[in-house]
Amino acid sequence: MALDIVRADSVGQAAGVLAGDDGARFLAGGTFLVRAITAGDVSIRTVVLSDGLGLDRIALGDPIEIGSAVTMAQVLGEPHLGFLHPVADSIGGPAVRAMATIGGNLFAQSPYGDFAVALLALGASVVSEGADGEASQDLEAFLAEGPPRGRIVRAVRFATPAAGAFRYLKITRKHPHGASVLSIAAVLPVPGGTLAGVRVAYGAMSPRPMRARAVEAALEGRPLDAAAIEAATKVAADGTMPEDDPQASAWYRRAVLPVHLRRLLSGEEG
Amino acid sequence: MAKLPLIFTVNGAEQAEFVDGDALLVDVLRDKLGMTGTRVGCGQGTCGACTVLIDGAPALSCLTLAVRANGKDVTTVEGLAMGGTLHALQTAFAEGFATQCGFCTSGMLVAAKALLDRDPDPDRDAVVDAISGNICRCTGYEPIINAILAAAADLRGARSA
Amino acid sequence: MEHVREFFAAERGDDGKAVGTSLARSDALGHVTGQTQFYADRQFPGMLHLKMVRSPHHHARIRSLDTSEAEKLPGVVRVITHKDVPANVYTILRLIQVEPNDEPVLAEDKVRFKGEQVVAILAESEAVAREAVARVKVDYEELPAVFDVEEALKPGAPLVNEYHGHNWFTYEGHHCRRVRHGDVEKGFAEADHVIEERYESSPIEHAPVETTGCIVVPEANGRLTCYSNTQALFFTLDNAGLILNVPFQKLRLIGGTVGGGFGGKVDVITEPVAMLGAMLTGRPVKYAYSREEEMQVSSPRAAERLYIKDGVMNDGRIVARKVRLYVDAGAYSRHSPYGTTKASAHMPGPYTIPNVSVDAHCVYTNRTPSSAMRGFGVTIGDFALEVQMDKLARLVGMDPIAFRIRNAYRDGDMKAHGELTKGAALVETMQAAAQIAGWPISAEDAAASSTRAGG
Repeated sequence: MALDIVRADSVGQAAGVLAGDDGARFLAGGTFLVRAITAGDVSIRTVVLSDGLGLDRIALGDPIEIGSAVTMAQVLGEPHLGFLHPVADSIGGPAVRAMATIGGNLFAQSPYGDFAVALLALGASVVSEGADGEASQDLEAFLAEGPPRGRIVRAVRFATPAAGAFRYLKITRKHPHGASVLSIAAVLPVPGGTLAGVRVAYGAMSPRPMRARAVEAALEGRPLDAAAIEAATKVAADGTMPEDDPQASAWYRRAVLPVHLRRLLSGEEG
Repeated sequence: MAKLPLIFTVNGAEQAEFVDGDALLVDVLRDKLGMTGTRVGCGQGTCGACTVLIDGAPALSCLTLAVRANGKDVTTVEGLAMGGTLHALQTAFAEGFATQCGFCTSGMLVAAKALLDRDPDPDRDAVVDAISGNICRCTGYEPIINAILAAAADLRGARSA
Repeated sequence: MEHVREFFAAERGDDGKAVGTSLARSDALGHVTGQTQFYADRQFPGMLHLKMVRSPHHHARIRSLDTSEAEKLPGVVRVITHKDVPANVYTILRLIQVEPNDEPVLAEDKVRFKGEQVVAILAESEAVAREAVARVKVDYEELPAVFDVEEALKPGAPLVNEYHGHNWFTYEGHHCRRVRHGDVEKGFAEADHVIEERYESSPIEHAPVETTGCIVVPEANGRLTCYSNTQALFFTLDNAGLILNVPFQKLRLIGGTVGGGFGGKVDVITEPVAMLGAMLTGRPVKYAYSREEEMQVSSPRAAERLYIKDGVMNDGRIVARKVRLYVDAGAYSRHSPYGTTKASAHMPGPYTIPNVSVDAHCVYTNRTPSSAMRGFGVTIGDFALEVQMDKLARLVGMDPIAFRIRNAYRDGDMKAHGELTKGAALVETMQAAAQIAGWPISAEDAAASSTRAGG
């Protein structure tokens, strides 16, 4: 019942504790983990704090690197990450944004995890550290397989998208902030008049953030015109597995997804 | 399980307690320090009734393990009135009928203080955003928003006077 | 109101001129400083935490109950089952002669809705209580459940509540609360148009920011002090006394500060079992709903379904209105027999209709028991009636305000449930609303009055 608190001196040491203890969890913002503890998840016996491990830094190189303990509020305070401000701003009210972290968002289940949706569209990779040192994993694989046991997410890395290429929208029932009915993030580069390297990701359209591959294929190599948008809209719901929850039914999510995708692509929304 | 030391500042006064690992900041404030103005409405970070300031930033004390407040400066609703004088927000809430049952009021006031501390002249959208993590079920948001705008104007007036 | 002035003149301390002025709330200073004391803002040494084992099923027979593993857990002080409750079966409104008792404090041989209270755990901490809850083994035999009011009334539907013997509340020997006025079939035969429409609402949760709960403290003088956020202190006191089989004067209820109620805190659920816990252990006991419990098991506003059949003349007069109304009480009566009566008496709305027939059914289903919420029994019916009025106005080609003024009740009109209309102000209210909204009305309608005959 009682909870052990571990303050580690390094990420490696923290990872060692996690590797050796099934009941240990790494605590960042706490908006998911402390909620689970309070709700009576007795499988959590040990909490390893992320405080003081240097994971709360943003490095504005190429690629950009955001530490896993960086909060939404920190992202909002960084002018060079302006294209991500609408994403960070969409995650909860000010108190949640001051607590919730980029790393924690990678572990969120539907209808949460909108920042991970954006990172998925940006083609981010996840840097983690364990006993055998540092390793990098594609975010899509990370979401599919889960993080390797005994490793701690240090940061996410991604290349800066072309100016104006990143788009994001989040549909909520509660305004101005609420959990997602759905969210969509897209990187739509048009280097020579046609789309090249399109990436589209959805939130709340499956248990975890997902790529919209059919939409990407429908857009790739075409100009971003009415015909391409029409083709993308037709396959908007391909591969989605939304859930029923208090925000919306699975049926509703599928029904409105093409509408919001069309608006995002045509620039009417987002 | 050994208790853990917690030394922190609450509303300007240093406090020292020994707490369990799973103790929440809100429980320490309410049960150990007797500061029951910070309320618990959901325990899930959804209602905002437990909002406090930690080093000036708004935080949900129901989702904060108490040990993480070690060395921090915490402000609660009890810390708004200085030397017996109500904060402009408190006066505006009382006079503007921005409090009915009173249960969400503490969190609303603290969330509003976080806004006015960094933005003395917020527009209506900024006020709405500032309290967007706080749920009210009876007063209605309009008088609350109006009270925060009135308090901001009041504070600006006092500063320029 | 003159007698009120006389009786309370000293306490009032005003000159009776408060209307039209803005007065400060007496509790505002406490609220804005955080000094207002809610029930949970009290600490008592040795206080135990009560957590409830709840039914995971909508409808099931309890084959057996095993609490031994929970009792072995260090920190668990007491486990309470229905056998410990002196008079386990009650109904809140027995205080105003509503019968029969139909709800167990703790489930006996059956559970009738998901989340029903089965076993109470008293422990030194919330965490221990929660873990003990998980260790209680209940062997359930799932039963077919019914969630729809009309399905529940069909022959062969699963029997929800054995204390009634059928899935409806009995009103003076009848299967529904009935209102009869004039001859509704004759009215339909004479009408230029007859239409029937169906209206339905979902249950609505009050979702107060402060969840339901109480703290009970055993006093040295043998009394129990209960700090509660109930909206119904005396309902709670009297029902608790009857359930615990203790004289009323042994119980002291302290309340009045409610962190949002809206009717959701008029049930008597947390107090009797917390009081019993304090009696059995001699220690203070706190029983507070989690947010999840508040949403899942506290009574919502009842779902209602209405069929409204109207006969209307081309000149806009409604000559007959027949209403079939179903209130989904959920698994137990609580306040729904009363709410259903209120719903029936509210028909046919604030309109004078010569022929009216109402059948209002209070129906038991395997949903969360419903109870009071702001204007319960009236609000949903009003929604249905006013949508119906707009449809009727369109049908006969009349302006919706003009159509309502035509049919509005006037002083001296006989209401369907047999009471004379007095002090009606509907016509004047609509005239004022039309003026404020800039909605044009005819000179004739502008001159209409509640004190003169309609038409």
